Amino acid sequence: MTTTEPSAANPATEAEAPPPDPNAVQITINGRPHTARKGQLLIDAAADAGEYIPRFCYHERMTPVGKCRMCLVEADSGRGPAVTVSCMVPVSPDMKVDTESPTTKRMQEGILELLLANHPLDCPVCDKGGECPLQDQAFSHGPGESRMLEEKRHYEKPIAISDLVLLDRERCILCDRCTRFADEVAGDALIHFNSRGNNTHITTFPDEPFASYFSGNTVQICPVGALTAQPYRFKARPWDLSQQESTCTSCSVGCRTVVQSSRDELLRYMGVDSDPVNHGWLCDRGRFNFESVKSDQRVLQPLVRSGDEFQPVTWNAAMAEAAALITEALAAGGPSSVGIIGGARGTNEDAHAWARLGHDVIGTPNVYAQMGDGLPNGLLAESPATIDEAANAATIVLLGPDLKEELPVLYLRLRDAAAKRRSRIIEFAPKQTGLTSYAWRHVAYEPGTQAAAVAATLSDADVAAQLAKGNVVIVVGRANLAESSAATIAALNEVRAAVPGAKVLTAFRRGNVVGALRVGMRAGTGGLDTRGMLQAAADGKIECLVLLGADPLADFPDTNLARRALKAVPRIIAVDTFLTGSSQHANVVLAASAYAEKSGTHTNLEGRVTALAREVTPSGSTRADWMIAAELALELGTDLGYSSVADITAAIAENVSGYEEVTSASAAGDGVLAGAPTDLDAVEIPLPAVPERNAYEYRLVVSRVLYDKAVSTAQSPSLAHLAPGATVHLHPLDLERVGTSAGSEVKVSGTRTSVVFRVVADDTVLRGTAWVPFNQAGPNVGELIDCFAPVNDVRIETI
Amino acid sequence: MSRLNEANVLVAKEIIGRYPRARSATIPLLHLSQQQNGYITDDAIAHIAELVGATSAEVLGTCTFYEMFKMAPVGKYLVNICGTMSCQLLGADELMHHAEQTLGVKAGGTTSDGMFTLEHAECQAACTEAPNMQVNYRHCHRMTTANFDELIDDLRAGRLDGEIPAHGTLARVRQQIPADKAAGVASPDAPVVPAWMPEAAQ
Repeated sequence: MTTTEPSAANPATEAEAPPPDPNAVQITINGRPHTARKGQLLIDAAADAGEYIPRFCYHERMTPVGKCRMCLVEADSGRGPAVTVSCMVPVSPDMKVDTESPTTKRMQEGILELLLANHPLDCPVCDKGGECPLQDQAFSHGPGESRMLEEKRHYEKPIAISDLVLLDRERCILCDRCTRFADEVAGDALIHFNSRGNNTHITTFPDEPFASYFSGNTVQICPVGALTAQPYRFKARPWDLSQQESTCTSCSVGCRTVVQSSRDELLRYMGVDSDPVNHGWLCDRGRFNFESVKSDQRVLQPLVRSGDEFQPVTWNAAMAEAAALITEALAAGGPSSVGIIGGARGTNEDAHAWARLGHDVIGTPNVYAQMGDGLPNGLLAESPATIDEAANAATIVLLGPDLKEELPVLYLRLRDAAAKRRSRIIEFAPKQTGLTSYAWRHVAYEPGTQAAAVAATLSDADVAAQLAKGNVVIVVGRANLAESSAATIAALNEVRAAVPGAKVLTAFRRGNVVGALRVGMRAGTGGLDTRGMLQAAADGKIECLVLLGADPLADFPDTNLARRALKAVPRIIAVDTFLTGSSQHANVVLAASAYAEKSGTHTNLEGRVTALAREVTPSGSTRADWMIAAELALELGTDLGYSSVADITAAIAENVSGYEEVTSASAAGDGVLAGAPTDLDAVEIPLPAVPERNAYEYRLVVSRVLYDKAVSTAQSPSLAHLAPGATVHLHPLDLERVGTSAGSEVKVSGTRTSVVFRVVADDTVLRGTAWVPFNQAGPNVGELIDCFAPVNDVRIETI
Repeated sequence: MSRLNEANVLVAKEIIGRYPRARSATIPLLHLSQQQNGYITDDAIAHIAELVGATSAEVLGTCTFYEMFKMAPVGKYLVNICGTMSCQLLGADELMHHAEQTLGVKAGGTTSDGMFTLEHAECQAACTEAPNMQVNYRHCHRMTTANFDELIDDLRAGRLDGEIPAHGTLARVRQQIPADKAAGVASPDAPVVPAWMPEAAQ
């Protein structure tokens, strides 16, 4: 074509030869032509072309640094072949790359000889042996022998850089992966290179451990055996492990994992790089709580109460007893006197089977998966955003809890968005959070004034201009358990009124709570939610309560109500993996299988359905929740028609709105995004009038931290001691006002009772408020929370 | 207590104010801290990290990278004897041997009165004046065992106090930078036009 005009005159020619892709770069790799993307690093382009360039320091999810020099290749960009660091150099047009030339091979051999100069070669006793990039590449690209005769470096071995991670410095090849991860990805730069030259090594600051919530990832990305995880160290050899891909259910982010076991014992979880979800990362709670599955405190067989004791019984006896309890309750109070709480722990299939048992067999509308610590489930129906959409939004409005504490990998994704300046975060929180330092605007509000704070901020000209750019995602969750969820909904409505096109990512916390709600574990017409059921129970209107992996005494914010409810209910059936505070009140405990002991599907907070794998045999005679539901239904005279997980997956696809595409095949890998549900009611909660705070009182803020008394943490010995314990946090100036000092005990009095806490000075807490972490060992803050009050104020006095 | 003292915190804040990003002040503050205490303590590192908004581990990493930041107490005078080629050929080994004998410590050690720390050093860039040594990084040229003894005597007697301040002292007159010359005047995010571009002239 001779004309430079766009050739509208000749559309036929245009159709034959589409305009060249402006992002395509033609290069030659090992003599073969390849089309790379503009700006793509040579090492990635070569991988796309099927040529794997060896590397140690390069990691797709982190900035390249070119430290290890293993990826040297010969590249010719017009001036003759030159030695090129392929992880640092982007492709250029007509570049000719040779990854196998004699020069490249010599360089690779030389680099490996140098990297091994100080490496101890203790592979036979090293945990990494068998899955070690250094070992593998020394075999595939190394010279086979070394000319180095000098003494190698020696270090004290190993040093614990945190409670979970150990460091053998002599094995380290200084690739900068762990330190880059800590700084760039986790934002906790607590490990760093120390000294220089031959003395360079990784350290923490003395007495300041690498106490990151994400420390386990450094073990996974270490290309040698320098970093090892305490829970896995010396436990197995890689070639003895069997593994399956699965999904982490520790929170509702649903990170993709590989579950590994040896001799039918769970030994390790590893993160799998899932582009839409976790980018390969896991939080430490999700990574190490496999220990709870093999805890010796597990309930291994069904138990029936006789007097104050539990007697182990056969499944037949337990089922008959459970069915009898339900039948008695139905006779005494009709279907609506039966309530089922829970289901967020299991698979979609478990929840669906129990939902059918509750709604169809027993006929009760009182079925609910949330524990009074979430938000109305109708939120799931309203223009849902995906995690990717949130992490690529121009503006992220956070109306939620501290994501670092509750949904750690979502925190990583949003932190990345803010730190790389893709997104601006506008955060509304009653207390500073992990994301506060990355927020463009942080608005601290006193509980009860959230909607007003949002309205005031949105009227700011800069904020309005930012929101007017469009592409806004609102992340909404329950920031304060001591405040009515209506406040959050009112705040959400303020934002949505100001930004009509905004999408909403609902930050529900519990593992499969979204799946459970969507496949049916929610109140039917006229049914009660968990708070309603517990209130009805306390009033003597519930004849039988089923706790499906639920522990209201620990998880329901209002402990007093939960306790009165469990005391008043005459018949309690618990389906649980452990004897929790609540299941100890049960008449029958049905022993449930735990994570990795059952297969199925999981729904994460964005509605992504992924597979859960059964990697080990269920402990004792435990059964999956769905089997218990199916059998109980049979005892009650109805056949649910489920004889396998696949039956229920098919039933879900058939019956549940949005799950039409879900099959066990589509749930594999990155899974399938379920469509927005059409069968959930819109959210309408009237905002209760919030009383003025008395100037002598403090408004209570209660939220969770990553490690608490939840069984998966408390029953994992490596994690249990990381829970901080219950303390009340006050702003340092308020501490003076109370007339106490950090570390002393204070009496915190609510409307019902007083609780004595140790006090901590914390300038991330707003003045006039008191923050207490929820569900911690020690004094119970739940005693101070009235779940019907719009806010909870407390008086704080010295003792 | 070896955090920065109150006066030095004010200096530190002034130094931090010169930079667009607080953590750029890490190395100047390490110098300030070494001037205050003669060496860098863990407490000082934690304090600097607090002031510049970095983690203690990052400041420690920066600090240990540089040999002239001392992580353990050193004498009032740090004596560095050059051992690189020119000096060695002209008697650095004898000088070191003599220094060790005179001061009663091996290279790397500090005398028991806390006056002198003796160290080996690499080339001090004065090969024409070999053998060289430095006292608190002040050059001493064409050293012999005799003028070494003389120098040590003078230092002990305080006759050189006006010339060689105690270890850690960077300068006795603190640098004053007018506000309009501070590095932070232009935002680091503002686009920079290189001087050779025609736009820069406008």
